[in-house]
Amino acid sequence: MSVLVLLEQRGELKASALEAATAGAKVAKATGMPLNAVYIGQSLGDQASELAGFGIDKVYAYEHSDLGNYSNDAYVPIVRDLAKELDAKVIIGTASALGKEFCASVAARLGVELVQDAVELSWDNGLKVKKPIYAGKVISEIAVTGTPAMVSLRPNVVPVEREGDDAAKGRGQPEIVKREMPDVSLRTVLKEAALAAAGVVDLTEAKIVVSGGRGIGGPENWPVLQGLCDVLGAALGASRVAVDSGWIEHSHQVGQTGKVVGPDLYIACGISGAIQHQAGMRTSGTVVAINKDPEAPIFKICDYGIVGDLFEIVPLLAEGIGKVRS
Amino acid sequence: MKVAVLVKRVPDTASVFKVAEDNKSIVTDNLKYVMSPYDEIAMEQAIRLKESDDAEVVVVSLGPKETTTVMRTALAMGGDSGLLVTGEGLEALTSKGIARALAAALNTLSPDLIFAGKQAVDDDASQVPERVAELLEIPHASVAARFELSGESVTVDRVIEGGHYTLELPLPALITAEKSLNEPRYPTLPNIMKAKKKPIEEKTLSDLELAPEDLASDLVVESLSLPRQERRQKVLEGENTEQIAQLVKFLGEEEKVL
Repeated sequence: MSVLVLLEQRGELKASALEAATAGAKVAKATGMPLNAVYIGQSLGDQASELAGFGIDKVYAYEHSDLGNYSNDAYVPIVRDLAKELDAKVIIGTASALGKEFCASVAARLGVELVQDAVELSWDNGLKVKKPIYAGKVISEIAVTGTPAMVSLRPNVVPVEREGDDAAKGRGQPEIVKREMPDVSLRTVLKEAALAAAGVVDLTEAKIVVSGGRGIGGPENWPVLQGLCDVLGAALGASRVAVDSGWIEHSHQVGQTGKVVGPDLYIACGISGAIQHQAGMRTSGTVVAINKDPEAPIFKICDYGIVGDLFEIVPLLAEGIGKVRS
Repeated sequence: MKVAVLVKRVPDTASVFKVAEDNKSIVTDNLKYVMSPYDEIAMEQAIRLKESDDAEVVVVSLGPKETTTVMRTALAMGGDSGLLVTGEGLEALTSKGIARALAAALNTLSPDLIFAGKQAVDDDASQVPERVAELLEIPHASVAARFELSGESVTVDRVIEGGHYTLELPLPALITAEKSLNEPRYPTLPNIMKAKKKPIEEKTLSDLELAPEDLASDLVVESLSLPRQERRQKVLEGENTEQIAQLVKFLGEEEKVL
């Protein structure tokens, strides 16, 4: 019996991998089951040191140049077989765009249930999971009764926690168990991986998001928000109106038909705060709204609001934050 | 070629949702039901294949009898026929069982290509299409923002965080649709009239000869709740520079997010 964590990587381990490890550690502690993790990628190398402090016993590392990018055909049988070998009772993955496909496929092959996009996870005589449904308007608390109980965690909702005293118990650094890439036939061929340049933070993983909506007025005005993004190290988001108007690509859209973000700080500029938008940013930490319409619904769902012209406010805010940060 | 599209009838998420007295379900009175928006995009992609490659498009769904209304919309968009899994025992199904039932239904059609939305906007379970593909043992790609058919294979741009993978899959395959894949059409009035006469076949779970263990659920919804909205809703006042100074102070000192 064991808990198995799927470590997400895109060349480097993702923060979501450490979040999943944190959640796994919690379950392992509550149940007394050992905690294991699986890494599938090009090379774990020095990144193994990041996996210290979670109480992970073993990291099963499937390293191969062909495993650098996610492949359904290659990754899914690895986890299916490893879960059986380790008698995994709980499997925790990540609810990223790829992670959801990965988890769904593994769950299907194991013939078990899966709760995707969990925002909270606990153990009470079994795995209990909270997940948003109906565009985040309702939270469902679900008990997973079968085993292995499988969940994928929404990125950015579980703060990474390591235990300082683990090293003292000799459990600090997990044992790395190297595994060969299994012989599978790849049906799907990866023709090209078009990835963002290094250092570009994706919306779903960003700690701070600055978003613009109708009030931006046109594509020529994004530099105003980009200036604030640069000062904050934030990712740039947009409302559906801005995307549907052709001002920015869909990959920037926050909302029900875009991305769901959960940053520590969300700054909505010139966004009215329609239900569709709220669905994408409801789980944010602190919400700031800047809008010239004092009646805009965004002011009902923000922590701090400024009624005013974003073209005046945003540069001033960038300047003010720049001073504090320097 | 034969193309199947998985569509789901869902409450319009613009609705106001109330938790029922049992704390485990939502009040369904007065809810307006629609086709899940990502399924409309899946449907549109299938119809484009009908137009370009003379594909036959079958609309497949699972749900109560009322689901036919949503299926008629899909038929009015351009689908040729429908297959609905309906009848007793559907309420208890989770994604695991739903995928089994849909896979069994799809097996009777042997489609060359299956489209689905990347998720349904009611339960956001985000797994039924992938499960169906795994059960049918066909390759699949999720969250496609571009699709192209070339002979016996398809090429898709599959969205990932900060970019995409361009993938080539041999047929038969299953693809789930991202919003940016296309702009779904509105059915025209003549097509809405025509859709009324298109056939929708119904099958029950027992018709599909599924074993009870295939349909068993290992998930228990213990409670539903409305998310807490404890926002401060503090609208700042004063000159712009004063407001900025206050905001920076709040963000830095109280919220500690700078």
